[in-house]
Amino acid sequence: MTTPPADTVADTAPAAGPAALELADVRKVYGAGDTEIVAVDHATLRVGDGEIVALLGPSGSGKTTLLSIAGGLLSATQGRVVVGGEDITGHSAAELTDFRRSKVGFVFQSVNLVPFLTAEENLLVVSELSGARGGARKQAKARAKELLGELGLAHRAGNLPAQLSGGERQRVAIGRALFNGPALVLFDEPTSALDTKIGEQVMELIQAEMRSRHTAAVIVTHDTRMTHYADRTVRIVDGVLGAEPVEGDLAAH
Amino acid sequence: MGLATTELRRRPGRFAVATVVLTFFSLLLLLLGGLLDGLFLGSTGAIRAQDADVIVYSSTARDSFLRSRLGSDVRAEVEAVPGVADVGGLGFTLLGATVPGENELADVAVAGYELPPTGVPEPPPAGHAWADRRLEDAGVSIGDTLLVGPSATPIVVDGWVEDTNYLQQGALWTTLDTWRTVQNANRPDAFVPDGVVQVLVVRGDGDLAASIDAATGSTSTLSVDDAVYALPGVASQQSTFNAIIFATLAVVLAVVALFFSLLTLERTGLYGVLKAIGASTARLFGGVVLQAVVVALVAFVAGGLLAWAADAALPGGIPLQLTVSRYVFTFVALIAAAVLGSAVSLRRVTRIDPASAIGSAA
Repeated sequence: MTTPPADTVADTAPAAGPAALELADVRKVYGAGDTEIVAVDHATLRVGDGEIVALLGPSGSGKTTLLSIAGGLLSATQGRVVVGGEDITGHSAAELTDFRRSKVGFVFQSVNLVPFLTAEENLLVVSELSGARGGARKQAKARAKELLGELGLAHRAGNLPAQLSGGERQRVAIGRALFNGPALVLFDEPTSALDTKIGEQVMELIQAEMRSRHTAAVIVTHDTRMTHYADRTVRIVDGVLGAEPVEGDLAAH
Repeated sequence: MGLATTELRRRPGRFAVATVVLTFFSLLLLLLGGLLDGLFLGSTGAIRAQDADVIVYSSTARDSFLRSRLGSDVRAEVEAVPGVADVGGLGFTLLGATVPGENELADVAVAGYELPPTGVPEPPPAGHAWADRRLEDAGVSIGDTLLVGPSATPIVVDGWVEDTNYLQQGALWTTLDTWRTVQNANRPDAFVPDGVVQVLVVRGDGDLAASIDAATGSTSTLSVDDAVYALPGVASQQSTFNAIIFATLAVVLAVVALFFSLLTLERTGLYGVLKAIGASTARLFGGVVLQAVVVALVAFVAGGLLAWAADAALPGGIPLQLTVSRYVFTFVALIAAAVLGSAVSLRRVTRIDPASAIGSAA
């Protein structure tokens, strides 16, 4: 598996070609007046189709908030958010629910598979939430089998999450994120619960799966050892994209 | 909904406590309701069976059969009321009866009648009676001669009728003359002269109660339904048992609410993830309600079987009567309690923020 050259220079410049994600002057503010907290401050970021971007920052830097806004989990206080060509800036809660179900994939920090569903069923959750019936359900099953095969988990399709290793669970989570063929997959600290060796294997897998599908990814991490799997690394400190990290801050995390 | 049913199938132990608790509540509701129905049906059969529109009491009787007396003069006044079609006398006497071959006295209600109640044939010959089948439990058979009361007045059983008991005593339906004979021989303190009855059973059209009471000036007339609830103890039994049943349902509702609130609290992280990947609040809440309904359904079936077994095992003297309508009521009440109880979780499910799935290692 090839590893692209590391790029840990702060870079929020637009990539060439069509965009999987466009954040334009995005601001997220909690509270008001004296209690106002600016979580994301005038962030502008463009992630090209098939591009893998590492979002690097210490705890409390705003990277989670930015990821949530990109995934339609939070609405920005100000600015414009476009994902896969769909402008979600003014979307209602119901529209954001539909958007998350169909246009974007998530891989969470603690994997968070449904514990009473098998690996295959965890992938099929996505189609169930879409209300797939009849022929669509059959297609979804075929798609789940195909994805599990590609992720090297065909023999684990009938296993519950508790019967899988940490790496296998992470692969199932990746499969779930890819199930609806999203333009963008958002990874929240995908290696934080794994040891270095398994973490690197998971990052290699993420890289390979994103590349093979030409799917864009934003990977939130505070682990600089993992950033070389990304095409580009964008730093975030105190809600500001591209700002230089405070010396020793990343090492502390 | 598939998620909810899959969890029920794969993790039945998770719902076992709630199912067992609701099963016992289901059993309790059925037993309480069965006892209420048994007491009600066993007390009121003779009145419910009346094929009539109204029942006329003497105005001083305070709607009591045993206190009421109506003579032939009042009967004539009632028969003359416009809209009255048929009038028949009715009277009851509660006594013990010696049954051939049995050591224990059978509790009987000797009923004298003219207009046949529903399911009761025309009056038998003097000294004969149609017996309620409940008396079979006391050893009575068709053709037996029962010796009724302290005076051992003989009454021959000609056949069976169903659901016609009076105040928990097996009815013996006989002629008015035979009833008077029994009454006067065994209750001389409450002598009934010829031509006198306790009440009049009336069929007809129009506002009979008001017309009859206005015409006679000495009667109190009730509909058959009101007469049923005027029987001693019936209304208080109904209100007491219903209060217990509805209090039990309130506890069921609280149990369901508490259980599914805790379950929802435990699932906060999972629901956050599911919302993040596109599950709507309605879908997640629907799953909670579905699980509550399935738990209530299983509890109802298990409780129903236990109640049926208890009914078969209990001795005949206990007035437990499990009717289809009681099963239907209990089923509907349990399902309603499950839906309402689980609805308490709606606010909690609604408040779960999909953004909580991000940045959480829980």
